[in-house]
Amino acid sequence: MTWDDMQQLMQPATLETLQMVGVATVVTVLIGLPLGLLLVLTDKGGALQNVVVNRVLGVIVNVGRSLPFIILMVALQTFTRGVVGTTLGWQAATVPLAIGAIPFFARLVETSVREVDGGLLEAVHAMGGSTWTTVRKVLLPESLPALVSSVTTTVIALIGFSAMAGTVGGGGLGTLAVNYGYQRFETGFMWVIIAELVVIVMIIQAIGDFFVRRLNNRGHSGGTVRLRRRRSAVSTPEAVSTPAEELTPAS
Amino acid sequence: MITTKDLTKVYRSRGREVTALAGVDLHVREGEVYGVVGTSGAGKSTLIRCVNMLERPSSGSVTVDGIELTALSGQEHRAGRDLRAARRRIGMVFQHFNLLSSRTVQENVELPLEIIGLDRTQRRRKAAELLDLVGLADKARSYPSQLSGGQKQRVGIARALAGDPKVLLSDEATSALDPETTRSILGLLRDLNRQLGLTVLLITHEMDVIKSVCDSAALMRGGKVVEAGALTDLLARPDSVLARELFPLGEFGAGHPGHTVLEITFQGDTSAQPFVSQLARTYQIDINILGAAVETIAGRLVGRMRVELPGSHQDNVVPIGFLREQGLQVDVLNEAGLKHAGLNEPNGVVA
Ligand SMILES: Nc1ncnc2c1ncn2[C@@H]1O[C@H](COP(=O)(O)OP(=O)(O)O)[C@@H](O)[C@H]1O
Ligand SMILES: [Mg+2]
Repeated sequence: MTWDDMQQLMQPATLETLQMVGVATVVTVLIGLPLGLLLVLTDKGGALQNVVVNRVLGVIVNVGRSLPFIILMVALQTFTRGVVGTTLGWQAATVPLAIGAIPFFARLVETSVREVDGGLLEAVHAMGGSTWTTVRKVLLPESLPALVSSVTTTVIALIGFSAMAGTVGGGGLGTLAVNYGYQRFETGFMWVIIAELVVIVMIIQAIGDFFVRRLNNRGHSGGTVRLRRRRSAVSTPEAVSTPAEELTPAS
Repeated sequence: MITTKDLTKVYRSRGREVTALAGVDLHVREGEVYGVVGTSGAGKSTLIRCVNMLERPSSGSVTVDGIELTALSGQEHRAGRDLRAARRRIGMVFQHFNLLSSRTVQENVELPLEIIGLDRTQRRRKAAELLDLVGLADKARSYPSQLSGGQKQRVGIARALAGDPKVLLSDEATSALDPETTRSILGLLRDLNRQLGLTVLLITHEMDVIKSVCDSAALMRGGKVVEAGALTDLLARPDSVLARELFPLGEFGAGHPGHTVLEITFQGDTSAQPFVSQLARTYQIDINILGAAVETIAGRLVGRMRVELPGSHQDNVVPIGFLREQGLQVDVLNEAGLKHAGLNEPNGVVA
């Protein structure tokens, strides 16, 4: 098999993989994010505290996470046909991919959102904000770096799943690897496909890390100590900032 | 401005009950700085959180600026529309500032304005005004992590003032700050109280905070207010625990046998009068000063002096009457015949 042959096969397969992972990611985030938030909000002490809902969601997520993906794929065939009209090809693979990733992502969202300092919620409540306000103005923006990181992890997990989807005709690089590498003993080609998957994973990780770093850098740049006189509209001497305060280096 | 009536709060967790508030009656007048002091676990935080219903009291009522908050529906953080509206008129500052790290200083101050529903330009203008008021106009674009503790608390205060509240609640706002910064933040609160007529209810475990900024104070112990009132009134009360703590004179000498020991407390103008020399001149008596201290409390000069007059209480009825006529508060600590405390001279003898 020549390099050209390989390329001809790999290009459409790569596109398929990216499509199925892309669509599955969008669906996963759209459903997993609210699900993760609900897991936090309905928990004890949460704004929407509801033991029954919390338990039910918890069980669904745990069951979803413990089912092997390959079983999920087979078990969901009827459902998949109902949604996309076929059980073959990358379109069909998106359904079990998303359903497998939603509980996984929801748990990551839950963990990220729990990290947000409860004092911030209290501050927003004291300002007269609603639960929705705390979600929109505090929980999501404050946990954004962790959420982006969770999306990265989920996308990478989805790429792994998508390769597995190939074994049951899901299309993409996984199908290619199985068809040529495993069934036709084109070991060299299989290694090329694996190398490509590794490169894709590395690129996605790098992109994710880049955004997380950007977000985390909010407020961590320019930590120089500056001595500058501040004038206060409030006039007594005590109110004017003290030297000790001025000298405290920005943390 | 803030009134609580027979406020109780019982926490129930896993069958255990903790009574954090056991019937608290608090009355904070409009325009004053009111301090609640007490040791850790006394129920101070619970009390202040009940004032804006961050914690729903088990019983009793809370009225802020004429609105009975306890009558409004809503559970703690699941507040109803009316309660949320009422909270917008009550500012709150926190010990750990509670600023959003994802927002700049200006955006943090804008947050309550977003909740109120102001548009972008109005928010900008208001935030700029508030930051100017707290002396942080040049930090608008910084992030909280770039600020010192004192600066963070100034942002917290600016944010609390965004809704033009009449009442500011402060839960240990200076407890995470060093003494110097504490002083500057307390000064700011004092100025805002004077400039804006803001009523401030603050919680602290430090007597110094009460001393430097409060008009009135309450002492909490075991979920109850054991003593409360204007500081000037408290200082005039000989049995006041708060006054003792604000103004300790414990180290002073107890006096000699056959003498009368007086404790003279003077406030404001009276301190300027040279009453000791007047007394000595008028009645031709030798006055022994055992100790004296002068402090600024609630913005007023307050002094306390322990003096010793020769003779028994009866012998000194007239001089004591003279002192009281001068507007001084005079407490007779002991009378003639007190056991002499060994051979040592009493501590702090001045003359
Ligand atoms: N959420 C809570 N659940 C159970 N007990 C609490 C809770 N909050 C406070 N307490 C208890 O109530 C008492 C008063 O606490 P608090 O108001 O925080 O005191 P302070 O602020 O004076 O230190 C303490 O015994 C504390 O353990
Ligand atoms: Mg406390």
